[in-house]
Amino acid sequence: MRLSVEHVTTYRYDPPVRGVVQSHRLVPTECLNQTVIGDWVVEVSGGIAGAPFKDGAGDMIRGWSLRGPVQEVQVTVRGVVETRDQAGVLRGLREGIPPLAWLGETAPTAPNPALRDLAAAGVGVDGLALAHDLARLVAEAITWTPGCTDAATTAAEALALGHGVCQDHAHALICAARLRDLPARYVSGYLFAEGASGEAAHAWAEVWIEGLGWVGFDPANRCCPDERYIRLGCGMDAEAAAPIRGVARGVAAESMQIAVAVGQRQQ
Amino acid sequence: MLSRTADNLYWLARYMERAETAARLLDVGSRIAMLPNSEQGYRNEWEALLRAGGSADAFARRYGDPVQRNIESHLFFDHDNPSSVVSSITRARENGRIVRTALTTQVWDALNTAFQELRQIERAPRSSQSLSKLTEWTMQHAAMVRGAIDATLLRNDGWDFLNLGYVLERADSTARLLDVKYYVLLPNVSFVGSGLDNYQWRTLLRAMSLHRAFHWAYGGEVTAHKIADFLILNSQTPRGLRPCVQAMTFHLERLGQAYGKPSGAQQAAQALRAQIDAITIERVFDEGLHEFLTRFIREVSDLGQTIHDSYLSGDMR
Amino acid sequence: MTTYFNEMMDKGAVRAPYAQLQGWVEQMPAELRNLKQAEAEALFRRIGITFAVYGEGGDPDRLIPFDMFPRVFAAQEWFRLERGIKQRARALNAFLADVYDRGEIVRAGRIPARLVYLNEAYEKAVAGFRPPKGVFSHIVGIDLVRTGPDDFFVLEDNCRTPSGVSYMLENREIMMRMFPELFASNRIQPVEAYPEILRRTLASVAPKKCPGEPNIVILTPGHFNSAYYEHSFLADMMGVELVEGQDLFVEGEHVWMRTTEGPRRVDVIYRRIDDAFLDPLCFRPDSMLGVPGLMDIYRSGGVSICSAPGAGVADDKAVYTFVPEMVRFYLGEEPILQNVPTWQCAKADERKYVLEHLGDLVVKEVHGSGGYGMLVGPKSTKAEIETFRAKITDDPDNYIAQPTLALSTVPTFVDEGVAPRHVDLRPYCLVGERIELVPGGLTRVALREGSLVVNSSQGGGVKDTWVLAE
Repeated sequence: MRLSVEHVTTYRYDPPVRGVVQSHRLVPTECLNQTVIGDWVVEVSGGIAGAPFKDGAGDMIRGWSLRGPVQEVQVTVRGVVETRDQAGVLRGLREGIPPLAWLGETAPTAPNPALRDLAAAGVGVDGLALAHDLARLVAEAITWTPGCTDAATTAAEALALGHGVCQDHAHALICAARLRDLPARYVSGYLFAEGASGEAAHAWAEVWIEGLGWVGFDPANRCCPDERYIRLGCGMDAEAAAPIRGVARGVAAESMQIAVAVGQRQQ
Repeated sequence: MLSRTADNLYWLARYMERAETAARLLDVGSRIAMLPNSEQGYRNEWEALLRAGGSADAFARRYGDPVQRNIESHLFFDHDNPSSVVSSITRARENGRIVRTALTTQVWDALNTAFQELRQIERAPRSSQSLSKLTEWTMQHAAMVRGAIDATLLRNDGWDFLNLGYVLERADSTARLLDVKYYVLLPNVSFVGSGLDNYQWRTLLRAMSLHRAFHWAYGGEVTAHKIADFLILNSQTPRGLRPCVQAMTFHLERLGQAYGKPSGAQQAAQALRAQIDAITIERVFDEGLHEFLTRFIREVSDLGQTIHDSYLSGDMR
Repeated sequence: MTTYFNEMMDKGAVRAPYAQLQGWVEQMPAELRNLKQAEAEALFRRIGITFAVYGEGGDPDRLIPFDMFPRVFAAQEWFRLERGIKQRARALNAFLADVYDRGEIVRAGRIPARLVYLNEAYEKAVAGFRPPKGVFSHIVGIDLVRTGPDDFFVLEDNCRTPSGVSYMLENREIMMRMFPELFASNRIQPVEAYPEILRRTLASVAPKKCPGEPNIVILTPGHFNSAYYEHSFLADMMGVELVEGQDLFVEGEHVWMRTTEGPRRVDVIYRRIDDAFLDPLCFRPDSMLGVPGLMDIYRSGGVSICSAPGAGVADDKAVYTFVPEMVRFYLGEEPILQNVPTWQCAKADERKYVLEHLGDLVVKEVHGSGGYGMLVGPKSTKAEIETFRAKITDDPDNYIAQPTLALSTVPTFVDEGVAPRHVDLRPYCLVGERIELVPGGLTRVALREGSLVVNSSQGGGVKDTWVLAE
């Protein structure tokens, strides 16, 4: 499937700040599941680009900085990606971090008794079946409901609430999988969302299945990523995998607006 | 040099100068206390001096009565009074400790010795310390730090930032001291020529350790014009406004040359200097002494801000 | 009754390295001694060397007791130590380069994968990144104890930012000022080249993007840090800037420092702050100490960070057990320095042994430091031992145990004259293009009679450490 992306994020600072530094994970992962067609453009209004590099997880990272005073920063991502359904399996990504390293825990993915119960309830003849079952349990335990959780909500909180969005689903599944000794990580990307839950800026989880590799699970849509998904990068949790991370120098109120459109390209 | 290092040096100097100012005020305060003065006059004098240091309200809140022990506590020992000797020296030494490597052993030694001795003074029983000893001690150590800077420090940009700190603080404190007493120098005030008048002038000069210098420089009858001229325009007065401004331009010019590029600070200092070079004492009185001083204090403060923005904030390109 | 190796007196005779000191101490009248001790203290206080070593915390203006009686190594003794220390530093760096690359040692089953990859100090952010010259730990501090003429044991490795080296230098400086005659009569190898070698080491790992002479800085958490004096001392001795996070910023492909003349590029950062505080964008978002964006510049080759982020995975107390294995695996050599046998309380059979022998063992917390949270069995009461029994049973993963080592003693000035006191040693090995070690280190001494705890927070002091020329 050929998908086009137009993703604009605007940050505003009041009063203007003395400088801004950002770290971007905004380039589609180089793997068999997807190929960038033509130029993939990342523009930062008034920004000075750092040198791009590939990190241990195989993500393309690039730093940006802006000299102050900064009142507004606009990050624009534009491009076309050819995607291929790989039945949820991430194929052909070169990475340097051993799967085992994805077993640790972070604050948003820390277990509590309820998450332990959920993890213990999962059944499966092998890792793959177990991961599918855990994804099902998470989807059943957390109803997709936008607006009731925020970026700081933990897996435990979302589970207690029984409602959440893709970030909460992914966090809960990551926690449960790790509890069952399955390495798991948070993936951020885009979704061509015709009739699907979630917005075009999307997130899901990947679970390491011995013999198969990293397999994506999207509990929010009760499926595995297919050709509607574009993968940008991964991390231990949402914050670590965030497409844009930034710090402003100075004290100001920050507001952010995101507009993402993922469409299907006619061929 | 690192902008933060320059900032620390600049503030080291400002705090040392501030400690000295506090000690001078203390000295004057104690003299007032010794005079057989009317209750009201004594209180007014004292409050005027505290206002010069910017801490009259804090003093009233905390201590109430301006008796000697309270004055001493406030101006020397009080950690909550940011302008006290203890606060100023502690902060000066802390700034020095941060930039230890930008100082010579002698400068650090002078600074650290002052700080260590200060801790002993704080621990010793108050009854064992006379006020004159405390003020002398402060002046002496301020002079030792100053002397070590002059005698041993490389004449590099760090030296300029130290000196800028000294002269900006000094200009500010002299102008403030003058300002709270400005009415004494107004020619048309009714008690001119009275005993009180003379005594107030003496207080003012003594607060800057300039009472003897004044007589050497001017001689003859003491007049308001002479005193104003001495403290504002005379190039020879150690704590006078004009020498301070001259020193500001001198050190900023050096910085501009050393760095091969001027900043807004040179221009601002030149403007200030042109003004004080051109003005006469008559024009000062025409403008109004208080108005002139208020403007001067603001301009010095603006220059401080410009120096901060240009060199100390780290935003220089 | 344990017998302790006395480094000066062996079987009633003075050992050769201490021969000159015998007369020196005998001829020193008590008054002179007191005078010199006071002089030393005044010197330390004047130069402002008041700080805690090894992250012990405490009053930043505290003075660590300095004992004037030096600790002496013969050239031959040092020669062997030096080989052992360098060997260990090489193995530790090989291990780091390996676990952030293909992890051959893990694949070979020589060290458990979980111990490495689930270690708190393992940094995913640098996996696959190879720092200049492949060096991760540029300053390796190895804590050693001695139990006999030829018996040295490594207590722990410090691969991140070992502190205390300023003591090594200042102790020597003060000894030379106070007892010049000693330096005339003994042929003591100088340590004063350390800052120069450190500077050279740091310069040798400058990034490829640095065209000429690299600009080196020391990054300190700030003047409230207990080791601030050391940071500023080293900066001064090397002639480099001492910076805080706020003095640096990233722009384009480089890191810059804020100066009064405008931005100046920074090529090598000798950091004295922990990984977690380096970059709020990459690690702890709440950190105010670091430089936002620093890790992006680092990983794209714009700046070198010493020690490399992630170096801590080599000096963990549990990984420590495997260092001899690293020496064999990477270097194909037998370890010259021995490890102290260590029981992991996490393992049931070893825990059983530990609980049965608590009275004879030293028990430590896996992540503890500074001699706190530690049980010295033979020196403890029944109640203290029982408290630890409960702690270990409660949280076995958090504890390791080691036999009580008979730490050697060195004569030390005490109120009654001179008496033996227990010591340890921390030499500082520098790893860059070359591996170098100055002949000396920091000797810590337990000033309390019979005490085996040398930490300054618990009655420890420091001594000048001499290595004699051949």
